[in-house]
Amino acid sequence: MHKFLKASTATLALAVAATGANADGHALSGDLVIFSDMSNPAPRATMEDMAARFGEMHPDLNIELTIIDREAYKTQIRNFLTANTPDVANWYAANRMRPYVDAGLFEDISDVWEGTLSEELASTKGAMTLDGKQWGVPYTYYQWGVYYRKDIYEELGLKEPATFDEMKSNCQAILDSGKKCYTIGTKFLWTAGGWFDYLNMRTNGYDFHSELMAGKHKWDSDEVRATFANWRELLDMGAFVDNHTSYSWQESLPFIVSGEAAAILKGNFAVAPLREAGLDDSKLDFYQFPSINGDVALAEDAPTDTFHIPSGAANKDNAKAFLKFVTSAENQTLINNGANLGQLPVNANSSVDDDKFLKEGFEMLSSNSPGGVAQFFDRDAPAEMAKVGMEGLQEFMVKPDNLDKILARLDKAAERIYK
Amino acid sequence: MADTTVSTGTSQRSWYKRNEIAVTPWLFLIPGIIFFMVYVIIPIFQSFYYSTLSWDGLGEPQNIGMANYAELWDDDAFYTSLWNNFIWLALYLLAIPAGLFIALLLNQTIWGIRLYKSLFFFPFVISQVVVGLVFGWFYDPTFGLFNIALGAIGLGPINVLGDEAYVTYGIIAAGLWPQTAYCMILYLTGLNAVDPEQIEAARLDGAKRLKMLWYVVVPQLKPATFIAFVVTIIGALRSFDLISIMTNGGPFGSSRVLSFYMFEVALSEYGFRMGYGAAIAVVLFLIMLVFITYFLYSMYNEEKGR
Repeated sequence: MHKFLKASTATLALAVAATGANADGHALSGDLVIFSDMSNPAPRATMEDMAARFGEMHPDLNIELTIIDREAYKTQIRNFLTANTPDVANWYAANRMRPYVDAGLFEDISDVWEGTLSEELASTKGAMTLDGKQWGVPYTYYQWGVYYRKDIYEELGLKEPATFDEMKSNCQAILDSGKKCYTIGTKFLWTAGGWFDYLNMRTNGYDFHSELMAGKHKWDSDEVRATFANWRELLDMGAFVDNHTSYSWQESLPFIVSGEAAAILKGNFAVAPLREAGLDDSKLDFYQFPSINGDVALAEDAPTDTFHIPSGAANKDNAKAFLKFVTSAENQTLINNGANLGQLPVNANSSVDDDKFLKEGFEMLSSNSPGGVAQFFDRDAPAEMAKVGMEGLQEFMVKPDNLDKILARLDKAAERIYK
Repeated sequence: MADTTVSTGTSQRSWYKRNEIAVTPWLFLIPGIIFFMVYVIIPIFQSFYYSTLSWDGLGEPQNIGMANYAELWDDDAFYTSLWNNFIWLALYLLAIPAGLFIALLLNQTIWGIRLYKSLFFFPFVISQVVVGLVFGWFYDPTFGLFNIALGAIGLGPINVLGDEAYVTYGIIAAGLWPQTAYCMILYLTGLNAVDPEQIEAARLDGAKRLKMLWYVVVPQLKPATFIAFVVTIIGALRSFDLISIMTNGGPFGSSRVLSFYMFEVALSEYGFRMGYGAAIAVVLFLIMLVFITYFLYSMYNEEKGR
């Protein structure tokens, strides 16, 4: 039996090798070590499948894939970039990669971007560029926006709001019916960052927002205060669920599922759990965050997840081939479809899956976000500033009267962090 | 003839043989000492050194002298953490009388007492993380048992873990659950050693209930009390896992203690300030030093008294 198994595996390997060699002219050999943070069930399956397909193309290549818990990964990356380095590692775009770029731990891979890739990935090239060089490649991104209970809106005779006034009057109608307008769980802080991103980009525009994140404006300024004043209007109405400081974002979902809250401001990753909880397309819908200040162009948050090559990697050529494979139009179509990640492909030549939310999101980002595309509060601002900032945002949501103290604290932190 | 053999044997004994009595204990201690140096003593001094640096853990460190301490001096988050540390120290000690009370309750011979004892000891066996999770659900403002119970007697829901006024007390209550069990087991073994003759004598002299407890039983439990005090203080200063799992330091940092704050600034997702973290560690070390000195001093006294 054992012998038979061995023999059949050998034949299988041979067969795979044959097809692989046919499919690709120059087969890679040696090792490729991949560390990935795609630990949630669907992303994990996608990553494993992606590595397996790359392995089929290069049968002589020994691929070693390690998947690490997404939260634990964020602290472990520091260790494994300096010792025991993989050839490919996941991370995030924009300022979030700054500490590793500055420390020389990420490889400059501008050469991978040369030629057609820059055109195909034009929409995310900016997010991968620091100091004029590219430090990694994106593999997926997703839109943010308001996911709402269509059936509740219809029941109350409400339309998708296009302006802040409509947003507020909708909210008042929802509150009058005994529900909350928005669910949110701020236990891990970053969800509040999403609200600030949108309120600030709608109030002051993308340019001001990105300059604020880069430390070029004071927090205690008329512009930022205007943003908080708008936010305060919603807080004073009681628009958000009570006790949000106790919940993670996952724990805040039951409120929208049960209908106690009518909407949530969230990335597209919220769709999968909401659908699983029983909200089908007749109950769940999406709208772009409404305009607040008519003078500023609409801009969106669309966080990009990435692959990088650590500078200490042993097999850089294999790693570069893998990055090219990840970003290829065909692979992008496949891994971002509804059966896999359910997000947006980064390659312009790929096709978006036939899914209501993906199509709406893709259209919004490609045609109705003239102001620009931001990453997210904790990816645009340096890590330390993001931490202090998001803590202040959470405090503001609970104690809006503390605004002066919060802004002073943020400015003090900014002075140290951006110097 | 026999004499000479013995004498030459003595003079030819190796250096080790001659000093065996003095050297052997050190030989046995060497592995322990090495590990204690590498993992405890040397890192303490390294922390002192790192606390004078501005270092993100990756790039080139930069010496900034006392600037980290100067920043600590007017950092509100630091004072919140420090204050919470003192609340933890004070309230965690409640585990000692609570443990004594339960131990007295269980220190009898009735049918099935072993089962009761194990049930009371149970919370100490399960992991702190599990305790944190269970209490997190218990406190849940919407679905948790705690608020359902409050609602039954007509009190409004309290968001224990989301309200800066209650959060630290809520976590301490969760921590007291296993810590009380720990103290209980210490006292149960202590009670076995109480001299029945003294109890008998006290009873003949007319001592009852509280007087009996306070003047006869508790003094005999002194060794158990000392150990309970030590482990409770250590437990209070290590209160990291419960905070991490129940609130992650929130809401807006109001449930942090020094050890959690140190972790946050130096090692967490957004933390890149090894120097600042080390400065917090040094402050925490100085607080611990007060207790360490006290423990060592009382242990020294006890040894001397024998």
